[in-house]
Amino acid sequence: MWDWSFTFEILPTLASAAIITVEATLIGFVIAALLGLMLALVRIAIPWTAWPISVLVELVRSTPLLIQIFFLYFVFPKFGVVLDAFTAGVIAIGLHYAAYCSEVYRAGFDNIPRGQWEASIALNLPQWATFRDIIIPQVIPPIVPALGNYLVALFKETPLLSAIAVLELMQTAKIIGSDTFRYTEPMTLVGLFFLVMSLVSAAIIRALERLLNRRIPR
Amino acid sequence: MGIRTLVGMLVVALAVIGLLATQTSYSMFLPGLLQGALLTIEIAVLGSVLAVVMGVLAALARLYGPAPLRFLATVYVEIFRGTSALVQLFWLFFVLPQFGILMDAFTVAVLALGLNVGAYGSEVVRGAVLAVARGQWEASIALNMSRAQMLRRIILPQAFIAMIPPWGNLFIELLKSTALVSLITLADLAFKAQQMNQSTLKTVPIFTLVLLIYLAMSLVITIGMRFLEQRASAGLSRGRAA
Repeated sequence: MWDWSFTFEILPTLASAAIITVEATLIGFVIAALLGLMLALVRIAIPWTAWPISVLVELVRSTPLLIQIFFLYFVFPKFGVVLDAFTAGVIAIGLHYAAYCSEVYRAGFDNIPRGQWEASIALNLPQWATFRDIIIPQVIPPIVPALGNYLVALFKETPLLSAIAVLELMQTAKIIGSDTFRYTEPMTLVGLFFLVMSLVSAAIIRALERLLNRRIPR
Repeated sequence: MGIRTLVGMLVVALAVIGLLATQTSYSMFLPGLLQGALLTIEIAVLGSVLAVVMGVLAALARLYGPAPLRFLATVYVEIFRGTSALVQLFWLFFVLPQFGILMDAFTVAVLALGLNVGAYGSEVVRGAVLAVARGQWEASIALNMSRAQMLRRIILPQAFIAMIPPWGNLFIELLKSTALVSLITLADLAFKAQQMNQSTLKTVPIFTLVLLIYLAMSLVITIGMRFLEQRASAGLSRGRAA
């Protein structure tokens, strides 16, 4: 049932595909984290944008990521923006999770005591300096675990990129499977890879959480 | 977001679908897409039922089961939370037949999505049960209730209210995950969209309609769960019923 020599034969191919998966995860998360922060900041700095942004976030969160990936991949070329599969997929994942991350940041901002804002006004700090030096340094540490959870969630969504033929782990396993008619080994290895990576990152996030909680007494 | 805004969004979404349907370039796709949406709904509903059953069973097994059962439930939760839904779907679809277990795509879809969301749900149930105030447990012991009575009459009814919002999120996750079943040949909404896209290349109308239909379905779930939450927590001095 399980062929070890076949397993070792496909391992290098899968390992190089795993690098693409990790790349997609990291780039996607950088987009999500930065854009999410931007959305949250704009919402606070320009009050009238709060409503449109929350509708936008609701729209993105209410529709499947797979459809959003297709949308970016197929619809954008109609408007003259041609993206290769990897770029389109990573941008779609990044945008999708930016919506989730912006809510995390928002919760973080909501948790800052109002006195911090008032003190910054009293000290005559410009708004930009208030954000940069007072508010954001206090916002980030408590939300690291929540952001970490989304990093793991995003990582687990990257197999969707196989639907637009990005040669990441899932697509490579599928190709191996259809070439050799052996799905057991590649699919199981992909599953194990995700399981191990998820458990490891969960442990890292927990450790990070402890570290941050020790540094900042609350 | 308030329930009124959500209802407003639903009305707007449906109105836009209706407005687009008056144009032939859009309306020609609508019957096929709605047919796909029907399958999406079927899978989502059956998957949700399985998810709730698995969630409650796994949570109770982890909380009160004997050691082997507890271990089994933990393994189930960790495996299904630790790997991608798509990987699970493909594993059930491609690998199980090689072990002689053949299931049709629909069964695989319901099973994979239900088990996946059930694993997340078990943590929701577990958290909600553990969050019931300690005095409630002590009082039920003092009243000489059996464990089953205690759970059925005292603990679960209270835990139920705390579970509604996170279960609502999970149902939406499940609805969105049903788009994955298009990749194992099921003709759901996402599949129909891709099929029509490939045959007509009318990408913009097709995917716009698809996004709107998914949005409307998600909003129906959100609004329904909000409503349930309000009803369930009526008369309580906690929760966010308003």
